[in-house]
Amino acid sequence: MERKIILENIEIEGIRSLEVYRENGGYKSIEKALKTMTPDEVVNEVKTSGLRGRGGAGFPTGMKWSFIDKKSGNPRYLVCNADESEPGTFKDRYLLQHIPHRLIEGMICAAYALGANTAYIYVRGEFKTIIGILNEALKETYKAGLLGKNIHGSGYDLDIYVHTGAGAYICGEETALLESLEGKRGNPRLKPPFPAIKGLYGCPTVVNNVETLANIGWIVNNGGETYSKIGIGRSTGTKLISACGNINNPGVYEIELGLPVEEFIYSDKYCGGVKGGKELKAVIPGGSSVPILPKNLMLKTAEGQPRLMSYESLSEGGFITGSMLGSGGFIVYDEDACIVRNTYNFSRFYHHESCGQCSPCREGTSWMESVLYRIENGEGKMKDIDLLVSIASKIEGNTICPLGDAAAWPVGAAIRHFRSEFEFHIQNPEIVKNIKHGKLPLTPKGE
Amino acid sequence: MFKVTIDNKSIEVEPGTTILQAARMIGGDVVPPAMCYHSELKDSGGKCRTCMVKVAQGSVADPRPMPKLVASCRTEVMDGMVVQNITSPEVVDARKAVVEFLLLNHPLDCPVCDQAGECDLQNLSYEHGTNTSRFEEEKRTYEKIDIGNLIQFHPNRCILCYRCVYAANQLTDNRVHGILYRGEKSEISTFIHQAIENDFSGNMIDVCPVGALTDKTFRFKNRVWFLKPMDAHRECTKCSGKATLWYRGEEVYRVTGRKDKYGEVHDFICNECRFEKKNSSDWVIEGPRKIESYSVINQNHYKNVVIPSVINPIKETME
Repeated sequence: MERKIILENIEIEGIRSLEVYRENGGYKSIEKALKTMTPDEVVNEVKTSGLRGRGGAGFPTGMKWSFIDKKSGNPRYLVCNADESEPGTFKDRYLLQHIPHRLIEGMICAAYALGANTAYIYVRGEFKTIIGILNEALKETYKAGLLGKNIHGSGYDLDIYVHTGAGAYICGEETALLESLEGKRGNPRLKPPFPAIKGLYGCPTVVNNVETLANIGWIVNNGGETYSKIGIGRSTGTKLISACGNINNPGVYEIELGLPVEEFIYSDKYCGGVKGGKELKAVIPGGSSVPILPKNLMLKTAEGQPRLMSYESLSEGGFITGSMLGSGGFIVYDEDACIVRNTYNFSRFYHHESCGQCSPCREGTSWMESVLYRIENGEGKMKDIDLLVSIASKIEGNTICPLGDAAAWPVGAAIRHFRSEFEFHIQNPEIVKNIKHGKLPLTPKGE
Repeated sequence: MFKVTIDNKSIEVEPGTTILQAARMIGGDVVPPAMCYHSELKDSGGKCRTCMVKVAQGSVADPRPMPKLVASCRTEVMDGMVVQNITSPEVVDARKAVVEFLLLNHPLDCPVCDQAGECDLQNLSYEHGTNTSRFEEEKRTYEKIDIGNLIQFHPNRCILCYRCVYAANQLTDNRVHGILYRGEKSEISTFIHQAIENDFSGNMIDVCPVGALTDKTFRFKNRVWFLKPMDAHRECTKCSGKATLWYRGEEVYRVTGRKDKYGEVHDFICNECRFEKKNSSDWVIEGPRKIESYSVINQNHYKNVVIPSVINPIKETME
């Protein structure tokens, strides 16, 4: 079933401007929320909708909102996390570039529900064009009286500011983002206290992903009940998936959760099959940090059930035979892709992006990178494979923030499912040394 | 009062106490080691991950265990919390892992390091480390840096505990010291190689758990285990004047703050007391400083030492 919530009307010319966006039904939810609903009613609608955080962790949004400390008397903040920098994920960029008002509309509803009078959009520093687009969109919105003092005559005030990061992946972690927003070094904070109690400037704060907030307008307009009927089980609604890798049609797709993975990869409506008619080898379904899965486990779960694009189905089997929906960065590898090189590449990324605050991540990520570098360049030893598994398991769960886990999971999973490729690299140093760019025709196919 | 049980030993503590503080109140084996936490420095702790413990029961109200190991230095106790430190194999494993990570790029130059004998990292690796390393790569190395004419910084030894950063920024007015770069390349640094010149900068040496920040007036002068620590005080307009003098014979080799058994100084001293008053006549001597029995500074006066029995596998054949 085709259903568009976030990308609805995206094909309309000029939808980026407020005028066209409003002509097509935009900003109706503001009037409905501000004039006919109390903030708690909005929170309840979101709770009913079953909407889950689209940034990767999948935490129920309504529940996150209900944790916000309303008793302290401190000002409350809403922060939109637009620091999308996970390799393989580019859904928020697409959304912001083409339909920025969807986010602003959602943010106004969300800020009203939380009782926040100030909201921030923390944009990744590399998104130069998007910063301009967002500022332009905010300017229009202020002009139309949808932001600022006394919106729609409801007595509710809201200011939204765009804040740009300086190019650090770690600032996508919510507490590091808040530190960075406060003008400090982007080091993640220790939790608890959670941002809902002590966030920005020590005040109650909710940090939500762009895509999560983009859903709020629709939920207010159509009701949480209607939203909860879309999707499958506890994975309600639609999800933006950014598909890339060796496929015929890379791009951003809005899918209803519960779509079979096989259909998503092979249907011409979506990825359109593996490029060049080659065989599918492996898929990373949720951005570089989630475990890679070989073809057989990607299309079917260990029990033989068809694998679906949903939070539950993708994580079925835990990390042994499953993965995660994560942020929806869907990376496809064909039969010629080299898993070792790919793992080395990811590990290099996480080494570069570690903040260096806690010792397992700081030391472990660089260690993993150097061991993988040796294997990739034909200088590895057999015991290095077990060493990598051991390092990964020692970083996992022992760090302040999830970056340590994100660095450890891809390494652990690659060795779990494609150990023979690592062994091949070690046993055939001459072949490996002479191949420069990842293509390894002699590599045995993953089991 | 909250009741908390750590390694089967219970204690009642005030709400707001951290697990580490509660463990220190109980004392003995239940105390997790801590490298980056310093009770006098706000925001310190949580970074080195050596003090991680398992919370087997969250509280009476919510008895679920916590999903991951937690940093005991920054986790507050709840009523009815049950904590496992050395009784949990998971904790022991994680601690071993952290020691391995901390020692990866550490030069292990204890024989020429002034901190040897009173080094937290040395103690930690004796207790939780292994005697071999799985790290085959080249260690990262840096040049030594002078932070003013009183302190020398050896970046190779630094474990990035951030303690000196908090000390420099909290004991004096200006924010003068921070962290540069990120990840494995991060290093502590003053603002573009400036000297830290304020009356309390010397405390950065005392809070450093390893030999990264050393007293330039004491460098290579002596080994700590040849020195005899004496508590002493003097009238000082800037600080508490409570210090420890380190004697060899009649000569005072150095002056430091008074470190407790967890390596923490609670009365910070000024640079005048630390660097300029090195004569016995400047001070009122209180008496010998009590040093923990396991410390090498107690040379020839060890208490409760277990003498290892020599195992000779071929003894029977020999007889």
